[in-house]
Amino acid sequence: MTPHEEAKRELQRLEPVAGNGLLHRRAFLRGGATLAGAMSAYRLVPSASAQKLADDPWSLAPGAAVPDYGVRSRFENKVVRTLSNPKAEARTQHARTPHHLLNGTFTPNALHFVISHAGDPDIDPDKHRLVIHGLVKQPLVFTLDTLSRYPMVSRMAFVECGGNSAPMFSNEPIQASVQALHGLVSCSEWTGVPLSALLDEAGVDSKAKWIVAEGADAPHLSRSVPLAKALDDAMIALYQNGERVMPGNGYPMRLLLPGWEGNMNIKWVRRLQVTDQPGMTFYEARTYAPILPGGKAYRFYFIQEVKSFITHPSPGLALSGPGFYEVSGIAYSGNGRISKVMVSADGGQTWAQAALQGPVHSKAFTRFRVPWRWDGGPVVLQSRAWDEAGNMQPTRSELVAARGQTARPPAVTGFPSQHYNAITSWAIERGGEVRNVYA
Amino acid sequence: MFTLKLRTFLIFVTLALFSNAAFGQAPKLGKPITAADLPEWDINILPDGTGLPPGSGTPADGARVYAAKCAVCHGPEAKGGANARLVGGEPIKSMDSEKTIANFWPFSTTLFDYIRRAMPFRQPRSLTNEEVYALTAYILSLNKLIGENDTMNAQTLPKVRMPNRDGFIVRFPEKTP
Repeated sequence: MTPHEEAKRELQRLEPVAGNGLLHRRAFLRGGATLAGAMSAYRLVPSASAQKLADDPWSLAPGAAVPDYGVRSRFENKVVRTLSNPKAEARTQHARTPHHLLNGTFTPNALHFVISHAGDPDIDPDKHRLVIHGLVKQPLVFTLDTLSRYPMVSRMAFVECGGNSAPMFSNEPIQASVQALHGLVSCSEWTGVPLSALLDEAGVDSKAKWIVAEGADAPHLSRSVPLAKALDDAMIALYQNGERVMPGNGYPMRLLLPGWEGNMNIKWVRRLQVTDQPGMTFYEARTYAPILPGGKAYRFYFIQEVKSFITHPSPGLALSGPGFYEVSGIAYSGNGRISKVMVSADGGQTWAQAALQGPVHSKAFTRFRVPWRWDGGPVVLQSRAWDEAGNMQPTRSELVAARGQTARPPAVTGFPSQHYNAITSWAIERGGEVRNVYA
Repeated sequence: MFTLKLRTFLIFVTLALFSNAAFGQAPKLGKPITAADLPEWDINILPDGTGLPPGSGTPADGARVYAAKCAVCHGPEAKGGANARLVGGEPIKSMDSEKTIANFWPFSTTLFDYIRRAMPFRQPRSLTNEEVYALTAYILSLNKLIGENDTMNAQTLPKVRMPNRDGFIVRFPEKTP
């Protein structure tokens, strides 16, 4: 018996731990490689046809010159962000991360989501300055060179737009990819200077309570940050996954507030005014203030709460027939580490615990995986996450009961509300296609 | 002799540790600046009016600036065009409601702050403080939040009470100073 056949037999022996064929996660703890070989592959719709094996031209002659800055395979050119405003008209631009075409826990820099309210500024790093002033003993100005001489820290952190997953507030499920529904969140390793060191150097006044942070972009985008967060784990980030921060993510420096609303993580940060009151800036007074049923609205919705969604399979990433699959997805919480993810294949009636890819970092993506034997029948896949602070991801009906939903389906790129962190449900149809449903 | 050496050694060790704590953690490379260095950057307006510059403007002044620099995107008389309308708005009821200055914005100071830092979209920071006061007065007047002849300046603007001032619930009180 070949290892492949052994693995397949092993999978056959595993008893389902939840309805519709979800298997025990211990399958991953044993020989993962052979297990993977026995599993079926998802196919991008439409599927490619099979080919016979032969020596191809690239095996019969030397390859191309190695480039000085790596470029991915030309066959991966369709793995791109989707753009809401490609002609840079006089409004916000969004670029969404294709989670269904990626795996692991880091987002490649060129695929990190971007929201730019007036385009990406082309900043000369030698001319950029960061000012700290206001309620401080000594106002200070820093250059990129001087900041680069400070002791630095590196940490994993997701950044998520407060409006990510907004299409899930639609009264009817919108048929779109996980990229369109959940593509305004990404995760990187950020390296930079702890903001507390710079604030200590300036000497924060005892009357200080807030920091109003401002970017060097055209709208001079500004948000107010509680001083306690600035002194806790905030960072002036200079590097993103090892290289300088990308222009769309704040080059040459951005404010990083791990786990907090993306818009507050001021990109191209140039000024921090220490104050005794919040600025009530446009983006906190108006834009990122979600309306509640009855007409009141939330203010200072700082934290991106515990959330998960399945990326494999997902709409546009179909099953190629009955058999064994790995169901996997992303979980994260602005309140700390993910402690548990459960997966259901029967619309939430029964649940199987997913394996978490370690190490599990606080306020960062955690990849979860669970083996699954699909019998070809209709199923509804869901994931539900818990964080170490004890928060549980709500169901959609729970969230909608508290926050409402639209009267009519909005445009998929619309933002009817914000801070959707409830469960996402994927229905698998007999042909293996995946649809967004409310279950 | 031994005691003296030990004492010297201990003093040396203490100094070394102290130096590490004092200097290793704080390179102190920030360059001191004063308010005089920041006239063009110091543009935050706080809700109590802190930061509002000298100058003033009336709705009539603002109407002229608006027609020249704003109407192309926000439409004639601020009724909306390629970009948001700046006048009117039904009462806020649900997430389907359109947020407008009149029905949603809680502080009048946000208008001055946002116009000055971000508008016009293609020429931000091109307006004078007088023009920003005038535009703020014009928009508040169109929304009947001030009178047609009211002047907006550093004293009057923060006193304009917006209708939705109390329409908000702080989401995380324990994290909000």
